[in-house]
Amino acid sequence: MGAAGMDWQAFGVSLKLAGWTGLLLLPAGLILARTLAFHRVPAKGLVEALVAAPLVLPPTVLGFYLLTAFGGNSALGQAWTAAFGHPLAFSFAGLLAASLIFNLPFAVQPMQRAFEALPTDVRQAAWVSGLSPWRTFWRIELPLAWPGVLSAMALTFAHTMGEFGVVLMVGGSIPGETRTLALSIYDRVQAFDARAAGAMSAVLLAFSLVAIAVAYGLTGRVGRRHG
Amino acid sequence: MRSLIFALALVLAPLAARAADAPAVAAASDLSAALPEVAGAFQKATGQTVKLTFGSSGNFTQQIQNGAPYEIFLSADESYVQTLQAAGRTQGPGELYAVGRIGLFLPKGSPLKPDATLKDLGAAARDGRLRKFAIANPDHAPYGRAAREALQAAGVWDAVQPKLVLGENVSQATQFATSGSAQGGVIPLSLAITPQVKAAGRFVPLPADRHQPLRQRMVLLTGAGPTAQAFYRFLQGPQARTILARYGFTLPARR
Repeated sequence: MGAAGMDWQAFGVSLKLAGWTGLLLLPAGLILARTLAFHRVPAKGLVEALVAAPLVLPPTVLGFYLLTAFGGNSALGQAWTAAFGHPLAFSFAGLLAASLIFNLPFAVQPMQRAFEALPTDVRQAAWVSGLSPWRTFWRIELPLAWPGVLSAMALTFAHTMGEFGVVLMVGGSIPGETRTLALSIYDRVQAFDARAAGAMSAVLLAFSLVAIAVAYGLTGRVGRRHG
Repeated sequence: MRSLIFALALVLAPLAARAADAPAVAAASDLSAALPEVAGAFQKATGQTVKLTFGSSGNFTQQIQNGAPYEIFLSADESYVQTLQAAGRTQGPGELYAVGRIGLFLPKGSPLKPDATLKDLGAAARDGRLRKFAIANPDHAPYGRAAREALQAAGVWDAVQPKLVLGENVSQATQFATSGSAQGGVIPLSLAITPQVKAAGRFVPLPADRHQPLRQRMVLLTGAGPTAQAFYRFLQGPQARTILARYGFTLPARR
């Protein structure tokens, strides 16, 4: 514990979780968002509903399913334990897997909106000029859609920093491994340490406000450019 | 600044790295004031550290059965240790380390009387003075179950039940009671002794024969390493016993 009881170790776990979540969801989200925006996807409504589900599902429901999926009684849990010697649940890797799922809508939706906002004639012009789809993506689509991509990353980062319910259910609050800042705040409140809880809550609040401001600022840019 | 560098180092630490030999200890919430002191004394004596997690004993039992990587479990109720032993998750039957006590806590300004017979609590529930009463969830928190038994023994359970707010564990129930949003609660003596709770209201111990004794058992779990074993021994030593006694626990006879 450092100044004002701030739990830097939990802060580190949260940062690490948010960083890895963003890093892994960036390519996965781009592929998914772009596919949904530009291609004919069978049962697109269902896929979009699945992507959006973590937005509305209670974290306990998501946490319960993930715990069941990761636990020692599932095939996944058993395979993981056989490979790594410890179960997926209650480990940082398990937390990260859960984080990827509960952040899917925060990563995919802003990117999908950004791709959908690209005028079709711009992409068609690129193809006519002989650009391959890959080069079109790198040279045309990504530069135009980047505010949406960045705002997706900002939201994902902020949401991971603050997520509580799912982390509580699949994490186990082990210091240095699965105790995130949000869980540390919960623990401090229960330990009657209002000062530390207050200090850490202020840090989370500041983080979230900055991230949301970034996300909104960038979304505004997209709107102005294509509006 | 050093803390920030430490935080950054954690961020950059490789994903697969498991923590060094600082074993994770799962402990019942009634220990949340006493056990950090024991762990501090252990660190002073041996230079080794443990990672403490507090929660309800029932939830820990679930988590350990599902493979949570704890190396020691300090339950508030020995039946949970027996459950884990039957499931093959423990090294032996464990050790009785303390017997807990509960009492009635009334926050400052509560309209209730500090009455250990709980008669006034029943009356307050009927005449509307009592709006909310906090206990831990009896389904998975041993202190919640003891609270329910005490309320039943006093014949006030039916009157109080509609007013209950349930904490996920006994620390949370204590939090509810001390915050003043509930007019009272049943909390452990070990938490009532802490300065924060003392300052927040009044506490009257309930007679120990009004509920099943809170026989708190601890156990080494399968896979416990040398540091966990050292801490387990330390918990049975004189320093740890002195600390636990100071927090109001009745100690089992030394073997």
